[in-house]
Amino acid sequence: MEPIIEFRDLSFQYNAQASPTLKNIELSIRKREKVLIAGPSGCGKSTLIHCINGLIPFSYKGTMTGEVLVKGKPTKEQSVFDISHTVGTVLQDLDGQFIGLTVAEDIAFALENEAVEEPELHERVRKAAELVNISSHMDFSPGELSGGQKQRVSLAGVMVEDVDVLLFDEPLANLDPATGKKTMELIDDIGRQTGAAIIIIEHRLEDVLWRHVDRIVLMGEGRILADTSPDELLSGELLKENGIREPLYLTALKYAGVKISPEMKPRSIRTIRLSEEDRRKVSEWYESRKAPEPEEEKIPVLEVRDLSFAYAGERKGFAVPALEHISAKLYRGELLAIVGQNGAGKSTLSKVICGFETLQEGTVLLNGEDMAGLSIKERADHVGYVMQNPNQMISQNLIYDEIALGLRKRGIGEEEIRERVEETLKVCGLWKFRSWPISALSYGQKKRVTIASILVLRPEVIILDEPTAGQDYRHYTDIMEFLVAMNRRGITIVMITHDMHLMLEYARRTLVLCERKLLADTTGAVVLTSPELIKAADLKETSLYDLAALCGIEDAAGYVQCFIDYERQEVRS
Amino acid sequence: MKKFPVKQVVAVGIGAALFFVVGRFVAIPSPVPNTNITIQYGILGFLACVFGPVVGILAGLIGHALIDASYGYGIWWSWVIASGIFGLLVGFGCKKVSSVIDDGVFSWKEILTFNVVQLIAHVVCWGVIAPVLDILIYQEPIEKLFAQGLVAGIGNFVTTAIVGTLLLLAYAKAKPRKGSLKEEA
Amino acid sequence: MTNVFNYIDRPSPIHRLTGATKLVCVLLWSFASMITYDTRLLVLLVVLSLVLFGISKIQLKEVSFVLNFMLVFLLLNNLTVYLISPRYGTEIYGTSHEILFIGGRYDLTLEQLFYHLNLVLKFMSMVPAILLFVSTTEPSEFAASLNRIGVRYSIAYSVSLTLRYIPDIQREFHEISQAQQARGVEMTAKENVFKRIKSAASILVPLILSSMNRIEVVSNAMELRGFGKKNKRTWYRARAFRRADYLAMAFCALLLVAAVVLNLVNGSRFWNPFT
Ligand SMILES: Nc1ncnc2c1ncn2[C@@H]1O[C@H](COP(=O)(O)OP(=O)(O)OP(=O)(O)O)[C@@H](O)[C@H]1O
Ligand SMILES: Nc1ncnc2c1ncn2[C@@H]1O[C@H](COP(=O)(O)OP(=O)(O)OP(=O)(O)O)[C@@H](O)[C@H]1O
Ligand SMILES: [Mg+2]
Ligand SMILES: [Mg+2]
Repeated sequence: MEPIIEFRDLSFQYNAQASPTLKNIELSIRKREKVLIAGPSGCGKSTLIHCINGLIPFSYKGTMTGEVLVKGKPTKEQSVFDISHTVGTVLQDLDGQFIGLTVAEDIAFALENEAVEEPELHERVRKAAELVNISSHMDFSPGELSGGQKQRVSLAGVMVEDVDVLLFDEPLANLDPATGKKTMELIDDIGRQTGAAIIIIEHRLEDVLWRHVDRIVLMGEGRILADTSPDELLSGELLKENGIREPLYLTALKYAGVKISPEMKPRSIRTIRLSEEDRRKVSEWYESRKAPEPEEEKIPVLEVRDLSFAYAGERKGFAVPALEHISAKLYRGELLAIVGQNGAGKSTLSKVICGFETLQEGTVLLNGEDMAGLSIKERADHVGYVMQNPNQMISQNLIYDEIALGLRKRGIGEEEIRERVEETLKVCGLWKFRSWPISALSYGQKKRVTIASILVLRPEVIILDEPTAGQDYRHYTDIMEFLVAMNRRGITIVMITHDMHLMLEYARRTLVLCERKLLADTTGAVVLTSPELIKAADLKETSLYDLAALCGIEDAAGYVQCFIDYERQEVRS
Repeated sequence: MKKFPVKQVVAVGIGAALFFVVGRFVAIPSPVPNTNITIQYGILGFLACVFGPVVGILAGLIGHALIDASYGYGIWWSWVIASGIFGLLVGFGCKKVSSVIDDGVFSWKEILTFNVVQLIAHVVCWGVIAPVLDILIYQEPIEKLFAQGLVAGIGNFVTTAIVGTLLLLAYAKAKPRKGSLKEEA
Repeated sequence: MTNVFNYIDRPSPIHRLTGATKLVCVLLWSFASMITYDTRLLVLLVVLSLVLFGISKIQLKEVSFVLNFMLVFLLLNNLTVYLISPRYGTEIYGTSHEILFIGGRYDLTLEQLFYHLNLVLKFMSMVPAILLFVSTTEPSEFAASLNRIGVRYSIAYSVSLTLRYIPDIQREFHEISQAQQARGVEMTAKENVFKRIKSAASILVPLILSSMNRIEVVSNAMELRGFGKKNKRTWYRARAFRRADYLAMAFCALLLVAAVVLNLVNGSRFWNPFT
């Protein structure tokens, strides 16, 4: 079939950069194809997408050699408008993508610009809204929607135009696992119904592969390293070598000594074929490793008692409850995860603890003392909070100054500041960029800057809101290993996350929040092997659970725990 | 008619929203009782300087009209227009600055230009335009109107000088120079 | 937070008028009340706006915040006028009937009192109309209305974007301020004014830089969806004019004509009962 998008020896260099970001790209995508683009953070994935939708060269300036053809015509000879009839883009930044005042208006936006008249306008909007199942929220404003709903609106907004290609830049970042899964299903259905080619950039490989994907394009440092079927790629070592995380069930199989080959169809836990011998290997590995974990002594460092909180509404007497009767303890030296669906109240809980929102009901104790009356700054000396959105934390121009800000405000000498900042820069993988302005960084890189700016202060407790969103596996591991090292030195760490792998791998204990309430307080392995919890809190079962079932292991939670312990002890040390 | 680029449409929209939020909700208590120092003109000066006169006038008009509308004391057209003209004048006066600031240049010469321009613009707006329009529309006593203009003008000039200059400096510093980004070992 | 403009949804004839009609009406109305100082017309406008409030089914207590604010504003304004120009009424009406002897130029005259009455009436003829407009027009319809009355659609869309982003920017401002405080930047310092302005600027810098970033993202998103391609644009929220719309506009035009005519007849903006 005729390719709908074709890269011919394309290179691109941003004006501000000293070297090209994309180098000699050759790639073609046909109608109805579904392609996943993977690669480490900063390798040029978003840049590639912008070359397709025309933002490069029309909006971002730089030097382009070679060409990109959309429907057989070079993009250079078209305009962003012309291309938009063929290519629909869903940006990573959902709030930036939402332009209208309400859902209906946002969906209608492209049609309004085409000057489509009544009644066709309303009719087409209605159809698109039905397709993504958002019809019941037509009059809602963006502030009143959850992350998953916004995702639906942005889909409908590009669907109304009936495009041939859909581009998604990290559609799953910031979505809870269940919503992420639904989003992938929705994208798949739409691709099937409309016949559009679909290109997805995503770090969460396993989640994307939940539905069928034709090809994976692996990028690294501006080049295409591989362009092949998921089965092929997952059988080799290329992903690992380039800092991309492979699906968990494959890692588990490899630990057990099973060799992966394309014939096994390893692309999904539902398609994988295991021989009798493979299964035996897995269960034998499990039997050989079962061991109880020693109990440690526990001293509470932070405690919340019967905490409730509501946001003040616009008008008097109308408040939005966000937390109800939360009681929990955090022990010294612990690594705790908080999980739960979008809007469950996870960020709110952190904000109340840090004094960003005023405590309304209940108590927060730090080392046994009531925190009431402490200012935000005084709390920050003990409890550091890395916010979900990095743009809200960054106030300096240069990376160095941003990380040093808190130290300077605390009156520490420049010599010590330099030492601490440089150490932090290295562990956060920012050393290479130390003299760049922050505005030239990619989203994932910015997030690391904000983590660094809190880490450098060395508080007793650190709360990280989505620390790994938008990070590739290598940086994810670097950051997490640094956190673990800090943790060993006695710093207590809380991570709020939608990443079930992160929770499983690193957290000793997990709090599950669900619709304002604390639903469970247990280990990650138990959470992810209990169907009721998963359903209530919009989580997603881990593929290890399925693997255990596949290999006839009855105690799935035990198997998952065993896998995690193995990783902790053998692989990472 | 000349084309109005999408980026400027958005700059007006978001610029007016900034003007609104800062003007409506951020008031710094001043030493004089019952009067607040408003810093939205620092923002308007910044926007006009970066995006030019068209964005300046529209963001000023829309932002100010919305502030008035949200307070509900009617739209004080004379002052709304003066805000718009302030954006327009700064935009025109700072054309030279705006042509270099996107390359990260904002040094003493530009600081001086910006501040001289904004001083003149404030004098024209609060010393002439606002009171004259007030006389035409509301026929309030001349002395009262000029006194009001003087107080507002001085306050606005000082805050624009501090806030506007700081913002421009920060903006220029955040802009990487051409071909300057190299990874260091 | 999303409702700073206080739109109140009600089934009333005024709500049913299109946004464009209400915009035209409020403009005509405020021009009329702007150009006239004729006490009789002002009284008429004040009475009419009270009637309209009744029709719109919006209760006074729903807008009481605004009304209180207006009263304070009115009081202060009148006080400054009196303090600075206590003989202004005499100047306008040409006569001087002292009624209260306070001393020197501050002697209260009937003319001054009458001028203040006019000042209050003028204010009260304008404010309720705008208040009514704001609380009966959906923000969504506003941009379409501007475009309808001849404002270019790109400018009209700027207004829509402003309304769209006000709540976002407000929330962001709040969050940035907290993040800065947590890093140790003092916001509530009992410092001098200059220091206070500077510390406000330390929130503004991130706010502005992230807004610049947002301008980039949003304009890219809009361009990708074809904004600005054609000379014309339709609006999802636009509604067609009906008979009531034309009647309302005609009525308000009449008010403006009346104001102009009265100015000509009186020979000045003021109606002078003293001669
Ligand atoms: N507007 C720009 N000006 C200059 N350099 C840029 C610009 N945008 C991106 N870059 C640089 O180009 C490189 C690739 O960026 P890009 O956003 O394509 O990465 P990415 O693969 O999408 O990363 P991530 O997964 O973190 O989003 C980065 O090193 C970044 O610093
Ligand atoms: N400033 C605010 N004003 C009013 N309501 C708010 C505000 N911030 C959050 N909420 C509401 O409070 C609830 C909890 O929000 P919160 O941000 O704590 O969720 P979350 O668990 O962090 O979700 P996510 O995973 O999407 O980040 C949501 O329903 C949200 O809409
Ligand atoms: Mg990217
Ligand atoms: Mg959150």
